[in-house]
This record gives sequence, C-alpha cells and structure tokens, in this order.
Amino acid sequence: MALLQISEPGQSAAPHEHRLAVGIDLGTTNSLVATVRSGMAVVLNDALGRPLLPSIVRYAADGKVEVGYEAQAHQASDPKNTIVSVKRFMGRGLKDIEHIESMPYDFVEGEGMVKLRTAQGVKSPVEVSAEILRVLRERAELSLGGQLTGAVITVPAYFDDAQRQATKDAARLAGLNVLRLLNEPTAAAIAYGLDNGSEGIYAVYDLGGGTFDISILKLSKGVFQVLATGGDSALGGDDFDHRVFCWIIEQAKLSPLSHEDARLLLMRAREAKEFLTLNGEAPISARLSTGEFVDLRLTSQTFTEITRTLVQKTLGPTKKALRDAGLSVDDVKGVVMVGGATRMPQIQKAVEDFFGCEPLNNLDPDKVVALGAATQANLLAGNRAAGDDWLLLDVIPLSLGLETMGGLVEKIIPRNSTIPVARAQDFTTFKDGQTAMALHVVQGERELVSDCRSLARFELRGIPPMVAGAARIRVTFQVDADGLLSVTAREQTTGVESHIEVKPSYGLSDDEIAAMLKDSINHAADDAFRRALREAQVEAQRLVEAVQSALREDAHLLTDAERAHIDNCLTRLQSVLVGDDRRAIDAAMDALSKATEDFAARRMNQGVQRALAGKKIEEMEQL
Amino acid sequence: MTVPFDPGQDHFALFGLPRSQAFDIARLEARYRELQGEVHPDRYAHLSDAEKRRAMQWASRVNEAYQTLKDPLRRARYLLELAGHDVRLETNTAMPVEFLMEQMELREAVAEAKESGDIDALDARHRQLKRTIRDEYTALQAALEAGEHQRAGELVRQLMFQEKLLQEIGDALEVLET
Repeated sequence: MALLQISEPGQSAAPHEHRLAVGIDLGTTNSLVATVRSGMAVVLNDALGRPLLPSIVRYAADGKVEVGYEAQAHQASDPKNTIVSVKRFMGRGLKDIEHIESMPYDFVEGEGMVKLRTAQGVKSPVEVSAEILRVLRERAELSLGGQLTGAVITVPAYFDDAQRQATKDAARLAGLNVLRLLNEPTAAAIAYGLDNGSEGIYAVYDLGGGTFDISILKLSKGVFQVLATGGDSALGGDDFDHRVFCWIIEQAKLSPLSHEDARLLLMRAREAKEFLTLNGEAPISARLSTGEFVDLRLTSQTFTEITRTLVQKTLGPTKKALRDAGLSVDDVKGVVMVGGATRMPQIQKAVEDFFGCEPLNNLDPDKVVALGAATQANLLAGNRAAGDDWLLLDVIPLSLGLETMGGLVEKIIPRNSTIPVARAQDFTTFKDGQTAMALHVVQGERELVSDCRSLARFELRGIPPMVAGAARIRVTFQVDADGLLSVTAREQTTGVESHIEVKPSYGLSDDEIAAMLKDSINHAADDAFRRALREAQVEAQRLVEAVQSALREDAHLLTDAERAHIDNCLTRLQSVLVGDDRRAIDAAMDALSKATEDFAARRMNQGVQRALAGKKIEEMEQL
Repeated sequence: MTVPFDPGQDHFALFGLPRSQAFDIARLEARYRELQGEVHPDRYAHLSDAEKRRAMQWASRVNEAYQTLKDPLRRARYLLELAGHDVRLETNTAMPVEFLMEQMELREAVAEAKESGDIDALDARHRQLKRTIRDEYTALQAALEAGEHQRAGELVRQLMFQEKLLQEIGDALEVLET
C-alpha cells in the first residue's frame, strides 16, 4: 500500500536546532525531570547524582526555603513547616482531605483550596508545588545549558479540573511554559509502548504515593488511544503507611502523639512497608519524645491483612474502566505497572490474579512517567525526528455538567470523552422578565449536585427581559488537550453578548496568581525585569520561527497584500526582539499573531483536505 | 476577510464515508486517526496561539463526528436528522404499550436485584438486555435502509430507553462490586 507522503504542518524551522524541552513527573512522594538527549529519554540527576527529588518543601523560620532531601531531613523535627505530599491538597478544600487529624499542619480555615500557615506566612498548595517545580527547572537548565522552551507536566489521569488547573498554575508560578498536562498512565504507556513496539489493548495500573489511576489503552500503528480511565485521586502508598501507622499505635498501646512523634512513626511505617517488598518481616523501632520505646515486628502476612481493603479499592475502578471501554479482562494483552507503590508484593499478586497475566515491570516504576513525559515534550516542542510519527488521544476522567432546577445535574460531556471536546446545550429562563442566570459547573458521575464536585460558578447577565422559557441560552463546554474546561454562555435569540464572571470553587483566581507571581519575583534572587524580558524574547523568537516555517510551506495560501502585511509585522517583531523594550515586544507579538490568524485557519483547512486527499489516492490504488 | 471556523461538511463527508447506518468501522477508525494526525493540538503545541486554538476547534470537531458515527444510536439519530426527520425525543413519548409494560417489569426486577445485592441476577439481566438491544439495532438498520423513517424513529426512542437501563444495571453492578 503506497500512501502519499504529507509533510508535517508545523515542522521545526532549522533542522539542526534542538529546542530544550523536559518532562516533569510532579509526584506525591517524589518528583523527577527528564529530557530527550540524542534520541533517548533520560532522567536528569541532581549535582549528587540522585534522580529523585523528594516532594517535600520546608519553610524555615530563618526565611530559607528547602526542597527535597534537605527538607526531608527536617520533617520529624519541624513538621509544621515541612510540607510532605502536598499533591493531596492541590485543588482540594479542607473537608476533602482524609486523615487531617493526624497531620501536623496549621490549616487556615476558609472557602476554596486549603492553605497552610507556615513560618513564612500562609502558603497555598500551588505555591508549595511551584517550589518543587522551580528546583527541577533549575536542575534542567543547568544540565542542558539553556533556557527551556517548555515542559510537559504529568498529572494523575483521575485528577479533576480544579486539580489540573492548580498544577498548571504551579508550573506558571515556577516560570515554566507548559506545553501540555499529560496523564501519568498515558505517559507511562508512551515510554513502554515506544520501547517495546507494542500493539493491542494494554492496561496501565498506576499506584503512586497518593493517587491511583487505571487506564485502558489501545496501541495501534503509532496511535496511543486511551479508551477509558478510572481511579481514585486520594488513594496511594501513603494510605498503606497510614494503616501501618495505626497498627503501630494499636500494638504499642500509645497515648495521643505529638506532631513530631507522629511524623517519626509515619516514617518508620513507610520504612517497614518498603522493607517488606523483599523481606518477610520488618522490624519497627522508635524512641518517642515521651520516653516510650516502640519495638515491633510486622510480618508481610499482617501487612497484607491490614491493607487488604486498600488493595480491593483499586479493583473497583479497574472493573469500571474495563466496562467503560466495553472490554473484558481477556481482551487485555498486558498490564504495565507504574508508581513506587506497585512494588508491594500484595499489589503485584492482586493485579496478576485479576488480569490473569503477569504484570509488566521491565521499566523502573519510579521513572517511567517522567521518561514518557520527556518523549512527549520533545515532540511538542517541535523536535520531531523521522519515525516520531506517533499520536496520543486521551480522555477526560469525569463527566462535566451544569446544575439545573432542583439540584440535579445535566451532564454536558460524559466521562471518557476523547479530548479536545466541545459540546453545547441550550437552557432557558425560569421566570418572566428574568435578566440574569446563575450557572454552576460541576464534575462527577452522580445525579445530585451535592454529590459532585463544584468547579465554578458563573453569572450570565444582560439577558433581555422575556417571558419565561423564551430566552435561549447556549452554554458551550470546551475541554482542551490538557483536560481543562472553559465555559461560555450566550443568549441566542438576541445575539446579545453577555457578561460572564467566573468564580472557581477550589482554584485560585487570576488576581491571586498575579499576586503570587509578583511575590515570587520579588523574592527571587535574579532581577525580575531581566527575567521577564528574557521570557518575552524567547516567546517572541518562538513566534517568529513558527511564522517563518509556516510561510515557507504555505505562502501560496496568502494574497500579495496579506503576505506583505505579515512580512511587515514579522520584520517589526524581529527588530524589537533584540532590544530591551518589553512592551514593544509584546505589542509586536500581538500584531503578528493577529496578522497570521486567518493564515493559520487556512493552513488547518488545507491540512484536513490533504488528509482526505491522501486517503482517496490510497483507495484508488486498491481498486 | 476572516476565515470562520466552518468545516462545512457533514460528519460522513468529513470522514469520506457513505451516508448509511451500515459501514466498515475499520475505515472510520483509520480515517479518524489520519484526521487527528493532521489536526490534533499536539501537532501545534509549539506554534502560535491562533494555530493552537484552531487545532483545538478542529480536533474537537473531528472527535464529535467520530463519536457520533461510531455509536450506532447516535449515528441513526444523525442520519434521521440529515434526512429531515425530527425524532422529537423530548416531546414524543408515545410508545407501544407492550414495550412500556416490558420495560416496567424489567425495571422492577432490576430494582429488586439491586436491593438484595444479587450480582448474578443483575449480571444475567445485563447480558439478556444486551442481546435484545443487539436485535433492535439490526431492525433499526433495516428500517433506515428501507427509508422507513417513522419506524426508525420509534426504534431509536426505544433503544434510548434500553441503553439507559443497561447503563443503570452497569452502574448498580459497579456499586455492588466495590
């Protein structure tokens, strides 16, 4: 079968220019950064050769911010200011968080996302995560010797909109250009699939420190198509530690613990869990501040018993995902294991029993997500090499809908819809003369609003007064390739453009983000002005290259006048690009973007036509 | 002059497929991958915002068309829509009495099994209903091919009932199994 070859629409300008791009696995327990070097995805180590960065941030009383191993060393001595597993707080309210009573933090009461009071003031989980990302960004820039074009950040597939948005905000705060939010199991599938040249249906079972994901994928001719995903965004290795922790308290008959002692025993619990991966029995000993001495032995049998329900909790979503994909266990060709928690023997056994086949462990479960993310980042940055012709089709994990009369949910986009996806639905007014409408956007599978997660509240104002039921308000949900939702509402009969106000329920407002950005720049050691300028220059250079490359390929789509206008804007941007007037750069970028908008649209239309044309020729040859 | 986002084609034309209820699903899949390979936002992540936005719109459009054509019920509704036949799902609730009785009985049985946590009974109902649905799809395809839009519309409405019930049994099984 001979197919016409179609050149890639956005192939990079200069063939030898390599854009620096990284993949970041922002994990509950550990984080990593990886990149593609000479065609190979590699994890970037720190100065001491360590690949992992513990996802721990300490806000010390002396104003120092410690991240990683340094912070980890203080977690038992300064638990209140040493934030571990911050991922569990991302996009979450206070009442969403389990085991809050045994946490040493000083939570700030209030609406929306939880906040923590530390020695350096109140911090949101977004800021804490940004500290981790900043360290990884610096590691990458040092190692690669230049500023990054962009990064792919991984998120649990089961993360909802608020959790994804919080992750993207954190990356922005850390000075990263987010090329894409990528689902962790999908990232693992890329690393695995490209390595093994696999075809068929695969399951990715990803049990991390604080999240569980199960994804069912179809790998076929270079396309990674996620058929269904499921999970639990509050279930992970941490919960196994907590079970052991509770077991220790019960066995040693301990009285209520101080925060320091609690953190110490949690560390011992984790060590015991890890020890049991290769041993049948783990010693647990600790001297508490009360003078009490803990000396216990945990057998793997006991460990398996006390964590049985946790293991069971992963199988429910697994069955659901299979059912959503319309498949049964027998259809699955292999199960890829991801996440440090999958090292536990009882997990390996449960998965093996469920799928009836031995799980695939040939890639390091700690690194596989970062490696897949790096591969995707390399592609998205425009470093497409021959043979890199694979495509990723992912889904949203949870249904999106609107609250209607009586506290019911009208689903607009069902779970497991392939993204990007857009869907519109018409609503009407309830009362005569109604001029405003409150829209409540929710995410989840239940029929009652109170059982779903609230994402945002909108107000649509300026509806012309009409009798009840006469207005037609079209609400459009658009989910982008990051799995992030944007909602627009418009009154149809009059075409009146109406005002929309967004109040994210568990996110940060744009004002809050702006304030944090300002804050972080003020505190940063490097000159804020220089940095902003440098970023604008990099951004502008990127645009110049994109437009030049587009012109080289498709200039025939433009009239002479249009071409002249684009060339003008291009020259203007190139001339201000080298200067230090940031506002002039921004203005010239805006002008060029506007000038090329129609061009972009025509290129796209042409691409679609070409895809169809290529197909037709193939068919003719088959005849 | 601005180029509006207007793909201008119906779903079948976009995929280069004949306008019919029966077609080769493998061809749909292959064309879907080809089109997404061309328009997916991942191909444009390093380009201008305008191109990224356009890619998102196109990819959303291709996904919508693919989902509509892939699902036999949505495909049938879409065909009826293209043929100018209004299925009137919201207003037309008239159903054969026999069908409604059957549905009520089935629903009761499911509710009972749900109540008593009888996974096996639910599972059996699930399989049985799936078989019924499969037969109705065969009938639907025949009606569409014969141009019997009235009959096809009826079958679409019935199938919507049945698919919903199937979904509910699936959900109940899920709750019981976890």
